[in-house]
Amino acid sequence: MTIDNTTLRQEIFSLKHVDKGFRKGGEEDVQVLDDVNLTLLEGEIVGLLGRSGSGKSTLLRIIAGLIQASSGEVNYFGKPLTGPAEGVAMVFQTFALFPWLTVLQNVEAGLEALGVPPDERRKRALAAIDLIGLDGFENAYPREMSGGMRQRVGFARGLVVNPTLLLMDEPFSALDVLTAETLRTDLLDLWNTRQLPIKSVLIVTHNIEEAVFMCDRIMVLSSNPGRVVAEIKVPFPHPRNRLDPAFRKMVDDIYALMTRRRSADTLNKVQLEVGSPLTEVSTNLMAGLMEALAAPPYNGRADMPEIAGKLLLEVDDLFPVAEILEHLGFAELKDGDILLTAAGKQFADVGTQERKVLFAEHLLRNVPLAARIRRVLQERPGQRAPRLRFEQELEDYLSDSAAEETLDTVINWGRYAEIFSYNDHTETFSMEDVEGAL
Amino acid sequence: MTSVVRPFIPATAKRLMPNRWDLVAFPLIIGFLMFATTGIEGTWAPISALQTEPISLDPSNLPEYALRTTLRMLAAMAASIVFTLVYGTLAAKSRRAEKLLVPILDILQSVPVLGYISFTVTFFLALFPGRVLGAEFAAIFAIFTSQAWNMTFSFYQSMRTVPNDLKEVSVNLRLSGWQKFWKLEVPFAMPGMIWNMMMSMSGGWFFVVASEAITVGDKTVTLPGVGSYLAMAIDHKDMGAVGWVILVMVAVILIYDQFLFRPLVAWADKFRLEDTMSQAAPESWVLNLIQRTRFIQQLLRPFGKLMKTLARLRLNISMPQYIHTEAHTTVSRAIDVVWGVFMAGLCAFIVWRLFSFITTEVHLLEALRVVGLGFITLIRVTLLIAIASVIWVPLGVYIGLRPALAEKVQPLAQFLAAFPANLLFPVFVIFIVHFKLDPDIWLSPLIVLGTQWYILFNVVAGASAFPNDFREAATNFRIRGWQWWRQVMLPGIFPYYITGAITASGGAWNASIVSEMVSWGNDKLVAHGLGSYIAQTTAAGDFPKILLGITVMSVFVVLFNRLLWRPLYAIAENKLRLN
Repeated sequence: MTIDNTTLRQEIFSLKHVDKGFRKGGEEDVQVLDDVNLTLLEGEIVGLLGRSGSGKSTLLRIIAGLIQASSGEVNYFGKPLTGPAEGVAMVFQTFALFPWLTVLQNVEAGLEALGVPPDERRKRALAAIDLIGLDGFENAYPREMSGGMRQRVGFARGLVVNPTLLLMDEPFSALDVLTAETLRTDLLDLWNTRQLPIKSVLIVTHNIEEAVFMCDRIMVLSSNPGRVVAEIKVPFPHPRNRLDPAFRKMVDDIYALMTRRRSADTLNKVQLEVGSPLTEVSTNLMAGLMEALAAPPYNGRADMPEIAGKLLLEVDDLFPVAEILEHLGFAELKDGDILLTAAGKQFADVGTQERKVLFAEHLLRNVPLAARIRRVLQERPGQRAPRLRFEQELEDYLSDSAAEETLDTVINWGRYAEIFSYNDHTETFSMEDVEGAL
Repeated sequence: MTSVVRPFIPATAKRLMPNRWDLVAFPLIIGFLMFATTGIEGTWAPISALQTEPISLDPSNLPEYALRTTLRMLAAMAASIVFTLVYGTLAAKSRRAEKLLVPILDILQSVPVLGYISFTVTFFLALFPGRVLGAEFAAIFAIFTSQAWNMTFSFYQSMRTVPNDLKEVSVNLRLSGWQKFWKLEVPFAMPGMIWNMMMSMSGGWFFVVASEAITVGDKTVTLPGVGSYLAMAIDHKDMGAVGWVILVMVAVILIYDQFLFRPLVAWADKFRLEDTMSQAAPESWVLNLIQRTRFIQQLLRPFGKLMKTLARLRLNISMPQYIHTEAHTTVSRAIDVVWGVFMAGLCAFIVWRLFSFITTEVHLLEALRVVGLGFITLIRVTLLIAIASVIWVPLGVYIGLRPALAEKVQPLAQFLAAFPANLLFPVFVIFIVHFKLDPDIWLSPLIVLGTQWYILFNVVAGASAFPNDFREAATNFRIRGWQWWRQVMLPGIFPYYITGAITASGGAWNASIVSEMVSWGNDKLVAHGLGSYIAQTTAAGDFPKILLGITVMSVFVVLFNRLLWRPLYAIAENKLRLN
């Protein structure tokens, strides 16, 4: 599959300088994609790897013709793309099978739309069902099947229309680990033995191992807005061995790349401001990660992919916690490793009350928004303030939804740290029941 | 403030239950009506026109009338809540009571409310001879009967579906029955009940308008209120007054919604069981105001305290408990048998009495004619629901797929559903009279005038809730045109549509009684049908015939529900469920 001279292969899709912004409630655009360039060639599996907020699903939908790019060029076989193109089939994370149609009807639906006569429709659908290992289930309804079987139907529905390009939007992330692995290998087998009519596959994922396992080429996207920050060729022949040192090395490197990229993004090291967006991370998860890091075998330092695997955390789960710990001064990120600071070690060692005090101290010092809320409350005579006051302040910097998430996050941390209290019903902050410590 | 209200499946549509108990419940209800009137007819003084305050068409009186109408609504709602709590609890907690109470409820909601208003008016007037109070009670009772049943069903179902772990916790915490009721069962039932209260309320306006001015034989009851004002305006052919009353009603419904129901729904949101936050929590500015204003909070505090203390009492109202010992089961089985035999006997007796009552008073041919009229109304209802569906389903889908538009249309559709359509009847009547149109055809639209909106807003809700992935999949596979409707959209909204159509058709049967016979001054338009039959016999005060009319209509409604809506609903539930 690895032919060196890529210029000889036919170009299927090309995206040049693609931007995408979403208008939110009449306000200015929220930029999702920024100057994305991407080419899909015949005979390759390309991965779009990124965290949530990297716009990778948006990019996929632009290629599918489901949404339009705000600017830039999108070409399909050299011609500008207008709307959903023939020969582009999609597999969904949620399977998106019509629950009122049987397996056979679901698979036939796409052919019917193409105007294929009933007899041929049935023949092709049955063939696709056989190919994907679903024979015997033709007349079952999706709800009677397990997630893995449903996704097989999703594949059959995509493949039956003989697409040029198969788009996959996190197709395995709703499945359990074992089922996902079986489906991946089955699909790769079909691809490598050239039993599939498709010319190219584009797969969106946030799972670094999955990308290295499946793809010939990985495009790494940054978050908010999404930009292509690296293009990595994966030279290993199929079937790939996850335990192969070269495989591990590449996974490690991508981890390092994705964390380094973030530090370089926020130039002033890791200093937060009042208007910085915060991702919702529970204090339990933070405590759990610190405890795991402090304990053997890590003793304060761990390889990110390794600990992610150990704790069954996906990149999307691990990175936010790791970053928040770094912001709070409980951990540092270096070369794909995570290190506990002295404060982090102390946190892991002490009991509940001391933890709260320590957390409060770090929260007030390192998260300006928390400190701001506390100060405003202390200054006010009644020591109360409505949520709206801070939400409006945040909306100067953030989109509505980001402002809301940021505030909810600070509320949860502040409640745990007992630096203020919050009543969800009246939507007010107050200093009620808060001991005057600190 | 314009958040789209999440549709609950109406309690009445959800249930499946043993049919044979209907056979008991049905004669019981009809029999009760019969005995009530035959008993009352004796005490009915022949010529005693009820003295009520005269209604004035001066628009300045309208605010006061509106207030009195609203108070009637509130009184009926209060009665409905009390009834719901008692009846629903009994039905849920006692196995024997359940066997009887649930079918009774099921039949009761199929009996046309406006059909037996003549009986209740007679009954309450006899209860308070010569007093306005009787007439007030009759009106309130009519509204009550339009509101209570679905609330009770919802409550009963909630009681039956309280999650086991929560039940175990309350046992573990040693809560008494009374404490468990207020701490667990009522809060758990709250969201469903409030949703059903809203639906009931929006249906209620229709009946309050219809029940304030009623003529039964030589008795005419006119209670000061919006409905009587309308009746007066119709008598006097005063189009201006009709305009005023429509205007006032719009205002009243809006105020009611903003000040009572939005706050209630927003408040009840905290009782939702799921831990996940819903996409848009219901909001109400009034509730926000109350919760944020210290003064009002202080005012409400003593009331809250009282409620809390009441709920905390250890009152032990003992409900039948099932303790499974050998001896108990045999005794229990024996009681079951006795209970069954007793019910069967009672049932047989009533059927026999009913039969003899109707056959002695009404000729068999008359009965056949009434069944024929029933078929005419059946055709009318079916046809108009079909027409309304053809119009509103595509429009509803169009609206529902556009969130910004849906957000604007949804409150409007809900408002239109609440608006008593009978206020608009005169407009149509004038039109029909003016162009000398055939009432058999042109009066028909009136029966879905008010209830078609249920179809619209349920379809809008369904299309709004249609998963985006499905739409994308359809687009990606280039599914379009009729294939899109057949395989993608129609199955997707079907459960919502059925919910709307069931409500609409139930409303249409009721509306047939007021819309198949309408008047404008001295012009009287009558369409053939069971509705006009009931309306005419009511005006004539011919009780055996009214009874016959109601019985036939109830049978039609029950069969219609059983043979059409329930199977369709089962399909929606089982085959077309998303996920």
